[in-house]
Amino acid sequence: MSYFVDKKGYYGEFGGAFIPEMLYPNVKELEDNYLKIMQEPSFQEEFQNLLKEYVGRPTPLYFAKRLSEKYQTKIYLKREDLCHTGAHKINNTIGQILVAKKLGKTRVIAETGAGQHGVATATVCALMGIECVVYMGEIDIARQAPNVARMKMLGAKVVPALSGSRTLKDATNEAIRDWINNPVNTHYIIGSVVGPHPYPDMVARFQSVISEEIKKQLKVHENKENPDYVIACVGGGSNAAGAFYHYLEEEKVNLIAVEAAGLGIHSGESAATSVLGKEGVIHGSKTLLMQSEDGQITEPYSISAGLDYPGIGPLHAHLYRTKRAEFISITDAEAMSAGLELCELEGIIPAIESAHALAVFNMKKFKESDVVVLNLSGRGDKDLDTYVKYFKL
Amino acid sequence: MNRINQKLQENKKLLSIYFTAGFPKINDTVSIIESLEKSGVDFIEIGLPFSDPLADGPTIQASSTKALDNGMTTEVLFNQLKDIRKTVKIPLIIMGYFNPMMQFGIENFCKKCAEIGIDGLIIPDLPLDVYNNNYKTIFEKYGLINVFLITPQTSLERIQFIDKISDGFIYMVSSASVTGSQSAFGKTQDDYFKRIADLNLKSPQIVGFGISNAETFKQATKYAKGAIIGSAFVKYLDENGTASIQKFVNKIIN
Repeated sequence: MSYFVDKKGYYGEFGGAFIPEMLYPNVKELEDNYLKIMQEPSFQEEFQNLLKEYVGRPTPLYFAKRLSEKYQTKIYLKREDLCHTGAHKINNTIGQILVAKKLGKTRVIAETGAGQHGVATATVCALMGIECVVYMGEIDIARQAPNVARMKMLGAKVVPALSGSRTLKDATNEAIRDWINNPVNTHYIIGSVVGPHPYPDMVARFQSVISEEIKKQLKVHENKENPDYVIACVGGGSNAAGAFYHYLEEEKVNLIAVEAAGLGIHSGESAATSVLGKEGVIHGSKTLLMQSEDGQITEPYSISAGLDYPGIGPLHAHLYRTKRAEFISITDAEAMSAGLELCELEGIIPAIESAHALAVFNMKKFKESDVVVLNLSGRGDKDLDTYVKYFKL
Repeated sequence: MNRINQKLQENKKLLSIYFTAGFPKINDTVSIIESLEKSGVDFIEIGLPFSDPLADGPTIQASSTKALDNGMTTEVLFNQLKDIRKTVKIPLIIMGYFNPMMQFGIENFCKKCAEIGIDGLIIPDLPLDVYNNNYKTIFEKYGLINVFLITPQTSLERIQFIDKISDGFIYMVSSASVTGSQSAFGKTQDDYFKRIADLNLKSPQIVGFGISNAETFKQATKYAKGAIIGSAFVKYLDENGTASIQKFVNKIIN
């Protein structure tokens, strides 16, 4: 069983490139060139250098002593929250901006939900002096004002997506439409392991630095490269893809993907795609997605703006279908209290996305000897408002 | 012979009109089709609404959202169309995105189309290779023509391949854009239209995207066999309702 993308762009039965003919040349250009570019020594040199000097990598693999004591197991946190801009998202945008430059593109577009990917894209565009347009749902613009301000300060133009439900999926539609309208000079930086092939593979490769570092760091801490468990939250699934990547074929490493159950899986207000979704096509990829009987894509809900995407990346759909990864759903309430617990026990305020992954310790019993690595994908600064309102702080 | 191919043999420039099923009102479908035929339209694209229409601009997206709010579904549309061939003779094509068809079941969908008398399908996000490998035999079994698109960016090699596998016509997208975003055609489009005409493809070309009035229709059909109007008609329906469809069509072809 392979968990990597095949030559046709599929993970098992999921993936592919279900795109209108208008996008064919753009996507084909990327497909023909991305691996070649990523293997060039000059690319690797610049990429590695920026990850080190600009992003601040490697991020620590931190042994969470008090959290470990509480849950009677050995818990390591991969500190992606310490990356520049506050989350793992920048690993991918650094990679893609360099690909865009190699392809001779002069303009970059991106979609964003909570604004983290938008900020990470605006950041690298500022760094490279490239024009940047970020599409964001009108509703998200209203509820994520600080990130909108950040993007503007970084010189990006933030365009409201006014169509459909005016959230992440519509921002993605608008970005795709922009790409149709500007096929020659523009590169579209997708922020997650979603979209048409080669995006899921390209983004996973850029995020794979996370598990590459975990292997090296765990060797130092535990004298072995492989933990017993890797835990990560999944919206589209980019941080999980990165944390799982180098463990996909190490079958003894248990992978746990954590989805947002919102107010409860069957409450009608949820984003637990693996449970509620059916096979379908969204944003150019065949995957599991939340939809009506009639095939209309439905709007998910989670307290975390980074997890309310109606699909999951095709890699994750494949991991779910083949049972390579265990999928666990966490409600708003469970995530929020796990987030607060990390503050109190370890002095770390996690992003609410990452707090979903932390809540697994209350759902699942680990052995005392188990080594558990949890990918702390982002920091909670952007979520302060939500924390304050939720806990009436 | 499929009604589309019969129509393509007529010695005239063809006008096709797109509308979104279920818009402006849920039960307008049949009366819109009948009025369009009566007004002299050559063939019709019936839009099956989708929540996330990637290749469409704001006009068609808004009409799709409204149609879905009105209660339009694949099942409802097929029910509305079940007796359409008792009154309508011109070719009918369903244009829609892949996901709703996939949920209905592709074989089931094609079978329904054949029973009703639908002649072809346009599915912008169904890639050529997936169609060839998985669905071609099903389409052929039910006598349905799958219409492929080309754009100004499509390579010569790919155009020739699309021409080879096309039965019926090639849908020629006028410019790098989503639907409904053009107001006039310039030299770039004219050069592109001529470049394609000079290839002497076996499949006639019908131009779509950006055609909104008599002038753009004339420009688009200078070399091509016909042209499709979508957003401009949907906008007209939104503003004027379904009573004066004849007036809209007259302005294009008279």
